[in-house]
Amino acid sequence: MTRAPWRWLAAFVIACLVVTRVPAAVDPLPFKDHAEEVRFQNLAKQLRCLVCQNENLQDSSAPLAADLRREVFKQMQAGKSDAQIKSWLTERYSDFVLYDPPLRTGTWLLWFGPLLIVLVGALVVAATIRKRSLAHRNSAPPATPEDDW
Amino acid sequence: MNTRLLPLLGFLLLLALLGFGIWWSSTHDLREVPSPLIDKPAPQFSLPLLEFPTRSFGSKDLAGEPYLLNVFASWCFACRDEHPILMQQGKRLGIRLVGFNYKDEAADAKRWLAQYGNPYDVVIADLPGKVAIDFGVTGAPESFLVDGNGIIRYKHISPITPEVIERELLPRIAAMRGGGP
Repeated sequence: MTRAPWRWLAAFVIACLVVTRVPAAVDPLPFKDHAEEVRFQNLAKQLRCLVCQNENLQDSSAPLAADLRREVFKQMQAGKSDAQIKSWLTERYSDFVLYDPPLRTGTWLLWFGPLLIVLVGALVVAATIRKRSLAHRNSAPPATPEDDW
Repeated sequence: MNTRLLPLLGFLLLLALLGFGIWWSSTHDLREVPSPLIDKPAPQFSLPLLEFPTRSFGSKDLAGEPYLLNVFASWCFACRDEHPILMQQGKRLGIRLVGFNYKDEAADAKRWLAQYGNPYDVVIADLPGKVAIDFGVTGAPESFLVDGNGIIRYKHISPITPEVIERELLPRIAAMRGGGP
């Protein structure tokens, strides 16, 4: 077993590499209990990082995101509700900071547009089926259902 | 109309939507999030001066006269493009130029200003970035035009160019001067 020390050294070096390469995206915040941590993470996931716009506040390692996480945490400690913290952020960064835009006249189409499209599609499908069944009935009245297929 | 053409029509519509998306993102800077602070009072703040960290400077010292708050940092690459414009044309604005040194080490910022020149009337330092959050700063460079009543009139994200000075800043400054005493 003369090679064992080398193996230990190699293992140690690899372990060091692995440990130092763990991304430090989320700076540890002093949560008082698990419930608070869950609440914080839930809130941070609904907020957008303004620097890397496709990342949420929880995942982003941008310095601004770290600052905002700290602010959100501070306000949670001060007893602010999630809604209060969100409005504090939107006052500064507009609705853009929220992943779910609030429902109001300007965002009506955004919220219900997809439903509208589905409804239009359903109407088109219904109309087509009706037209086909009418045409079928008119052209071949005595046909049995088996002939259809 | 031949209904067999409908899928092709649908496909063409999708293609048009894709083309619109490409056109939109190439003509619009997606970083330019509209600031909700436009036409609202600038946040109250007091920050240490870069040159004299024991002395603070803030909204009280700036009240009464319009100013341009320019967010910059030595770590910011785009600020290097913006800086010569401010050096050459900053005086044309005819208002105070406030340098807002954002999340920067004082030594780095001083070295940066010594190397490229200092176009600012005053430079304040926000190392923790707390006041920057109140201004809704998302990065550097960003600039805020604040009038004599302390109301934010305009925000520009990304470097100030001669076109921005000509088209956006100068007309607004002239309007402020015309409107106020």
